[in-house]
Amino acid sequence: MVTEKDYGEFETAWCPGCGNFSIRKAVVKALAALDLPPHKVVFSTGIGQAAKAPHYIRVNTLNGLHGRSLPAATGIKLANPELAVFAESGDGCSYGEGGNHFLAALRRNVDMTYIVHDNQIYGLTKGQASPTTMTGQKTKTQPHGVASAPFNPVAVAVTMGAGFVARGFAGEIDHLADLIVQAARHPGFSLIDVLQPCVSFNKVNTFAWYKERCYKLGGDHDSTNFQAALAKAMEFGDKIPIGVLWTSDRPAFPLTDVGPLAGREPDMAALSQIIEGYA
Amino acid sequence: MGEASLNIVIGGEAGQGLVTVGEFLSRALVRAGYAIVVTQDYLSRIRGGHNTYAIRVDSREVTAPAEGIDLLVALSAQTLPLLRDRLSPRALVLTDAAHGLSGHPGLAIPYKELCPKPLFENTAALGALGSLLCLDPAWITGLIKEKFAKKGEAIVADNLAVFQAATHWTISQKASFACLSPAEPRGRRVMLNGNTAIALGGLAAGVNFGSFYPMTPGTSVMQALIDHSDRMGVVCEQAEDEIAAVIMAIGASYAGARPMVSTSGGGFALMVEGVSLSGMLETPVTIVVAQRPGPATGLPTRTEQADLDLVLHAGHGEFPRAIFAPGTVEQCFHLAHRAVDTAERFQSPVFILTDQFLADSYRDVAPFDLASLPPVARPLTAVADPAGYERYAVTDSGVSPRLVPGFTEATVVLDSDEHTPDGHITEDLAVRVTMQEKRMRKFAGLTRVALPPNLYGNADGATLLVCWGTTLGAAREAAAIRNARGEKTAVLHFSQIYPLVPDAFVPILETAKRTVMVEGNFAGQLARLIRRETGYVFDALVTRFDGLPFTAAYILDRL
Repeated sequence: MVTEKDYGEFETAWCPGCGNFSIRKAVVKALAALDLPPHKVVFSTGIGQAAKAPHYIRVNTLNGLHGRSLPAATGIKLANPELAVFAESGDGCSYGEGGNHFLAALRRNVDMTYIVHDNQIYGLTKGQASPTTMTGQKTKTQPHGVASAPFNPVAVAVTMGAGFVARGFAGEIDHLADLIVQAARHPGFSLIDVLQPCVSFNKVNTFAWYKERCYKLGGDHDSTNFQAALAKAMEFGDKIPIGVLWTSDRPAFPLTDVGPLAGREPDMAALSQIIEGYA
Repeated sequence: MGEASLNIVIGGEAGQGLVTVGEFLSRALVRAGYAIVVTQDYLSRIRGGHNTYAIRVDSREVTAPAEGIDLLVALSAQTLPLLRDRLSPRALVLTDAAHGLSGHPGLAIPYKELCPKPLFENTAALGALGSLLCLDPAWITGLIKEKFAKKGEAIVADNLAVFQAATHWTISQKASFACLSPAEPRGRRVMLNGNTAIALGGLAAGVNFGSFYPMTPGTSVMQALIDHSDRMGVVCEQAEDEIAAVIMAIGASYAGARPMVSTSGGGFALMVEGVSLSGMLETPVTIVVAQRPGPATGLPTRTEQADLDLVLHAGHGEFPRAIFAPGTVEQCFHLAHRAVDTAERFQSPVFILTDQFLADSYRDVAPFDLASLPPVARPLTAVADPAGYERYAVTDSGVSPRLVPGFTEATVVLDSDEHTPDGHITEDLAVRVTMQEKRMRKFAGLTRVALPPNLYGNADGATLLVCWGTTLGAAREAAAIRNARGEKTAVLHFSQIYPLVPDAFVPILETAKRTVMVEGNFAGQLARLIRRETGYVFDALVTRFDGLPFTAAYILDRL
């Protein structure tokens, strides 16, 4: 029986009041609920404060490069299907630098869970607009306001027919933990876009701003109804739905059925025949 | 008696089947015991244009392509006008009767009469070629039966009929062309190109993961892996871009796979951040860079050796690496095996630098002796003390015990940020110094096992041709021609470019009368590297960067 304690206690480099703390709590709660021992779990992350998260949880970790959590996670899962694979990073990392990988991951549908800390700003580099910053929002590097339209990760994921698409909120830890549990159990690629405040650099989308707008999807939402899912995924303004937006039974990316690649040695007799075949 | 050595060139438009004719003839020649060097020249287009498939065939060993053409198969009307300047004095041209010979000695083949459908013209050309070379028809008919078996007996029979008709027609023409002299016995041979041999070497080293983004001429390494993936248990994935390809491989490597990725210069430019990541994570990855002329998109289907500087310096920061550069198809196999082992052993990125010429160049090689290959290093799936496991434990060699996650109670933590021995992010500058020293200590080990350059001939008082990678064959032939003329010449070939071991070659350079670096780039990149590392300055430089491979004639003209 795995408990939250198994995932350890660590000192963090996060700002006091950061949404990362509650996301970490939800992740640990979910891992314990999934009864996953730490050594069977791998987190692949990018760069940024969100990407540091697995340093503060006792798990296997590959804290890699900016935007590249998904290709690394894909390689890990393909090499060892027995590991529970999570990718985790911020909105800039995931949807900006990692945009192409996000699209490819939606198409590939490898069994993994993607947790994106979405605070609608670049925090670690001190407050530039991210792909999810709202149009018109002024920052030090966008002094006339952001001219581009914000990226809608959940709507893109729904239209791509992703396996599992959810939106969470850092202010709802138990609700978020439950989303992570459902996502991890889903066989295929699961996205959880987690709204969170950046207390240092986003003065618009504050904790209060999200708190006022976020509401939980009820039992009346049918996550297998594409039109309904898309409508909820597009809802982002005065009201923001949180919960499981969309699920599909699209087949997951096929994985090796002979277990981990580690330690597998080549069949030299077969290779010898292959070489002879070039005569 | 017949000709001991011939250069057969098949020219035509892309899509006309010149590769089919070339591969059939090459394979038949190899089965008949001849030595070959194939050079493929093609354009960056799917149909049309003008391509060539050159087979240099010899009854004994042959190491490089030739320039003159002894037998030209002109499949398109433009072939003869384009290549007539390269025809040797003994040359014979095989062309379509519809195109004509324009006064050149040769045979105008009445394809229309010989073939029921244009589809069979390639088979007719093979009949004419086999007949002129006096090749036992069984070598080609055997191949026709094998290759067309899947298409049904009727197709096999039709092709054999066309082959025989073309053979009889050619004999009736009494063309004055010497046969190939019988091949000297050389044991059983297989026909492989460089990229396939690299893939096979990787497979022999236990490569079980391949990720790539298609780019000529790097893709065929992955294609060969994919062709054998089901049988050999290899997971291959076409990534969304080269960045993803290399990082996927690093992720797989972390989880215990033995990865190989392949690309060309432009794709490698994108992979560079992954190279730096591999250096910092100390996670092995073997990267094949099949060079082609740049910068940018350059000449996409031609050859060059200009990415040495890129590969040498790829990645920000400092970390150990090794770079191999095979000169022959045999070396492609053995160095690929060695590269994978080196990457695993030193937990570093390791590179194989090949180029379009060698990638596409078929040779006859003895089947590799798999039993004699040394074992390949592997990561740990067990440790004595899982609770105390540290991924980046500080060691004298700089190499830390690499544990694969998921197999023990230990957690394995890797970080692209500077990290503590247990893998966690740190900004402690003393730890930074310790870890950087630990990583760089692996360089000493890499240097200890680095391959010295191979000396062919005696350098003492000689002109010494120094080269790397695929230039070997042309340099050796140039040296042989000069030696036959009484001009003492030797060749020093680097099959490992980095790390360099100056003691292994500077004394050789110093005994030579004149040293000439021969390399396929503008600047003389290896010459500059050697100067930087040793202070040694070459007497002369022979470069080539017109997109074509070196030949002996090219080198001799410039000495």
